[in-house]
Amino acid sequence: MSKRKDYFATLAGIIVVGLVIGGLAAMLQRIGNPANMGVCVACFTRDIAGALGLHRAGIVQYLRPEIPAFCLGSFLAAMVFREFRPRNGSAPVIRFFLGMFAMIGALIFLGCPWRAMLRLAGGDWNAILGIVGLIVGISIGVGFLRGGFNLGRSYRSRTVAGLAMPAVMLVLLVLAFLYPQFGEEGKAALFRSAKGPGAASAAVVVSTIAGLVIGFLAQRTRFCTVGGIRDVILMRDFHLLSGVAAFLVAAFVMNLVFGQFHAGFTRGVKDAGEILQQPAAHTTHWLNLAGMLLAGLSFTLAGGCPGRQIFLAGEGDGDAAVFVLGMLTGAAVAHNFMMVAAQPTAPYIVVIGLALVMIIGFMGRERLAPAR
Amino acid sequence: MPEKVDARGLSCPQPVIMTRTALEKVGRGEVSVVVDTMTQVHNCTRAAEKLGWQASYEEQEDVFILTFKR
Repeated sequence: MSKRKDYFATLAGIIVVGLVIGGLAAMLQRIGNPANMGVCVACFTRDIAGALGLHRAGIVQYLRPEIPAFCLGSFLAAMVFREFRPRNGSAPVIRFFLGMFAMIGALIFLGCPWRAMLRLAGGDWNAILGIVGLIVGISIGVGFLRGGFNLGRSYRSRTVAGLAMPAVMLVLLVLAFLYPQFGEEGKAALFRSAKGPGAASAAVVVSTIAGLVIGFLAQRTRFCTVGGIRDVILMRDFHLLSGVAAFLVAAFVMNLVFGQFHAGFTRGVKDAGEILQQPAAHTTHWLNLAGMLLAGLSFTLAGGCPGRQIFLAGEGDGDAAVFVLGMLTGAAVAHNFMMVAAQPTAPYIVVIGLALVMIIGFMGRERLAPAR
Repeated sequence: MPEKVDARGLSCPQPVIMTRTALEKVGRGEVSVVVDTMTQVHNCTRAAEKLGWQASYEEQEDVFILTFKR
C-alpha cells in the first residue's frame, strides 16, 4: 500500500477533503450556484430530471454538470488507484424504491444531507429541524442494521456492467456542455429554467472541474454524511463525521468571508408584509423534520448518502447505480405529484413513505447466505 | 482454527458489524475476515484497532483477507 493511499484513509485526509468540499460549495454559490446550494445531490439530481423533461416544475430545470462530474471524478480515482470493480447484487427494485423515497423525503426538506449542512452554514435555522430528522432517521436505520437488516451480497460483474453508469454520466456531461434543443424550446428537451434556482448556476466549466475534484477526493476518502452520523451511533466512530464537520466549518467560514451568512428561520419581512423565506426553504417545521427522517432512514438502509451512492456508481457498483436511478425517478414523481416542500401531497407521502420503508426494514432482516 | 468471517459483497456498514461481532465473541486470539473492496479493508481495520486488535491484510486475486490478532 502506497503512502499516498494511506493518507486519504487517515483522519487528517478526510478532514482536509471535508474542508475542500465545503470550501468549493461556498465558492460555487459565490460564482452563481443557488444560495445555500453550492452542491446538493438531491436538488441537482432533481434539476437534471427537470432538464430531461421528467417533471414540469419550470424553476428547477437545468442539466447540472456537478452530478455527472461527481460520478466521473470517482470513476477516474477508482481507475487510477485500481479500485474500479464492476459489481452487482440483489434486491434491485428495493434499492430503486429506497432511492425514490430518499429523494422524496429530501425534497420535502429541500435538500440532501450535504445541503442540510450548507443551509446551516448559511444561517438557515430550518436546517436544524432537517438535521434532527436526519439523525432520528439514521438512528432507526441503525436499529434495523443491528437487527440484521441487509439487502444481500453483491458479486463481481462484467466490466460493461460497471461502465454503464459512468457512460450515462459522460453523456449527461456532454449534453450539459452542448445544451442541445431537441425541438421547440420549452416543449422538448433539454429544458432550462429562465428563473428560480434552476436559472442560477456557475459556469459549466467551473462546475465540472469542481465536481470532478470532489468526486475524485470523495472516492479516495469514502466521504459520506449519512455514514458519518451512522458510525457514531453504531460504534462511536467519529472518522467519517470528522469530514462532515470539516465540510460544515469550511462552508461556514467561507460564507462569512463572502457575506453569504444570513441567520434566521426566515430572512425577515418584505415591505408588503410578506415573509421573506430563506433561499429554497420553508418553515413547516414538522415536514422539514419528517422529510429528512424519511431520507435518513432510506439512505441508511441503502448504505450511504446520495453523494456516496454516486461515487460508488463511479467505482462500478451497480447497486448504487440503481439507487441513483431511483433518486432521479423520485425527483420526477415528487414534483409531478406536488410532494415537494410543504406542497399539498407532502404530508401524506411522508407518512406513506415512512410506513413503506419501515416495512422494507422489517422484512429485510434475513439471514445472510454464504457468498457463492 | 481462527474464527472466519465472510463479508464479501456486503455494503457499509455490514462488514464492520460482522467483524466487531466476531472480535467480541472471540475476545482473544485470531480472527480472519474476507472482504472485496479496499473501503472495507480500511473500515474493518479501523474498527478492530479501536477495539485493541492488531490488523494486517493480504490481497488474493479478487479479495482481501484481513487477519486480526490479540
